[in-house]
Amino acid sequence: MSYLQISRVGKTFARGASSTEVLRNIDLEIEQGEFVSIIGHSGCGKSTLLNLIAGLTEVTTGGIILENAEVNAPGPDRAVVFQNHSLLPWLTVYENVNLAVAKVFGRTKTPAQRHSWIMDNLNLVQMAHARDKRPTEISGGMKQRVGIARALAMEPKILLLDEPFGALDALTRAHLQDQMMDIHQRLGNTMIMITHDVDEAVLLSDRIVMMTNGPAATIGEVLAVPLNRPRRRLELATDRTYLRCREAVLKFLYERHRFVEAA
Amino acid sequence: MTLPATTDTPIAAIPLKPRTTATVTALRPASRRIAFAAIAANLARTILPPLVVLAVLLAVWQVVFSQPGSSLPPPSQVWTESYDLIVDPFFVYGSQDIGLGLRVFTSLQRVAVGFGLAALVGVALGALVGQSIWMMRGLDPLFQILRTVPPLAWLPISLAAFMDSGPSAIFVIFITAIWPVIINTAVGVRNIPEDYRNVARVLRLNQLEFFTRIMVPAAAPYIFSGLRIGVGLSWLAIVAAEMLTGGVGIGFFIWDAWNSSRLTDIIVALVYIGVVGFVLDRLVALLGTIVTRGTARN
Repeated sequence: MSYLQISRVGKTFARGASSTEVLRNIDLEIEQGEFVSIIGHSGCGKSTLLNLIAGLTEVTTGGIILENAEVNAPGPDRAVVFQNHSLLPWLTVYENVNLAVAKVFGRTKTPAQRHSWIMDNLNLVQMAHARDKRPTEISGGMKQRVGIARALAMEPKILLLDEPFGALDALTRAHLQDQMMDIHQRLGNTMIMITHDVDEAVLLSDRIVMMTNGPAATIGEVLAVPLNRPRRRLELATDRTYLRCREAVLKFLYERHRFVEAA
Repeated sequence: MTLPATTDTPIAAIPLKPRTTATVTALRPASRRIAFAAIAANLARTILPPLVVLAVLLAVWQVVFSQPGSSLPPPSQVWTESYDLIVDPFFVYGSQDIGLGLRVFTSLQRVAVGFGLAALVGVALGALVGQSIWMMRGLDPLFQILRTVPPLAWLPISLAAFMDSGPSAIFVIFITAIWPVIINTAVGVRNIPEDYRNVARVLRLNQLEFFTRIMVPAAAPYIFSGLRIGVGLSWLAIVAAEMLTGGVGIGFFIWDAWNSSRLTDIIVALVYIGVVGFVLDRLVALLGTIVTRGTARN
């Protein structure tokens, strides 16, 4: 049995008498240590799927099983890196990570161990230098890095990334993608990332899950990316496997499932 | 290739050094003098206009009420008749003959207790109403009606309930100050971004942790604007309540002065009340800016 198993999952949002079916019949299995991207046009329910895995939203039909336990509530074993970082502005960088560490390891680690664990994670994203800064005092890319450190510090079974680099400029984004690959390489976490950036999906993922357009969106196709790691952005720019994968995703998105404006 | 480089550097370095040191020593005293001048100008801008207005008002008052048979005393008479009240706020000549500073202090103690209770209960109730849609539906209409009841209208019923003027005055403060605290806290809690709630859910914070770690800091700007309105209302209420309940406070002093026709004392007391109310308001505002300095949205 797979590490994470999503079986026949559907989600319908009901508001009064009207209801909208957002997702239908999602079947997906993810192995431990895998990096999976979910790509699709906006409004296709990618974020809803991520929220279902996180437990922030309840499934309407079907079920999600993580390491032999059903997912029915949010928890630190499925840490989320939110799209807009959502650091608490009244806490410093250190305190933001500490909030998670104190909650998750409050009983199992001593204060000294917790401190060094916080610093380990801040070092991992190269943010230890800004430990006493508040979120308003650091750049967007730095905030996102602290968000990643906070999520990693929970030592989650799965790291869920909701368009983590969407709000960043291209150069910062590339830099963070490289850091993300490095972290994945070193820690071997299982990661699921929502994105609508084709290059980002191909560069980072072991598999790319392509969603059809909503309403009642489902998985259209799953593409394996057979590229060796560590991957290097510059070498891949002319790599034939990379280009073939990129083309496959582009064809899916723009030929077979063109974004309908009304949808 | 190397020759021009070696000849370049010494030429550039020699004239540069003395020039920089010369400018630094020349600039320092100049910039300091400019800073002093700027501060003085700034002070003049903020202090001078109200002083001028005050002087003009006092002059007009003096002229208008100096005629024989005028109903109110002019400023000069206030100064001569209430001289001891003005110059020494803390004299004690007897149990009922004490300086206005001491009377204000007694009133402030009542406000501290009443307003402190209102702040604690108000934040707790506001959090409840902001957090739960059913609590809001049940309680909000009640709050909206009760908050329009004037402070003094509560006094008879609280006198009947507590059968003592001390706790009654405190209750009137409490019931006056609590509504803006409740309503502002509730709005603040309702406006907590969904992201913060999701962070709390992922971390599985319990109710108490959510309240102290997320809710209060996130709603702090709203809470403090409620507290600021509340402290102003308490100060309004204490003077009125003390007029009726008696005792040592500044409110009763005014009532007592009226009964013994000491109009000049009343005027001095009004100035005290105004200044203290202003200071209270600024204190809560200052506390608010200190506490919420990190809460500004980013």
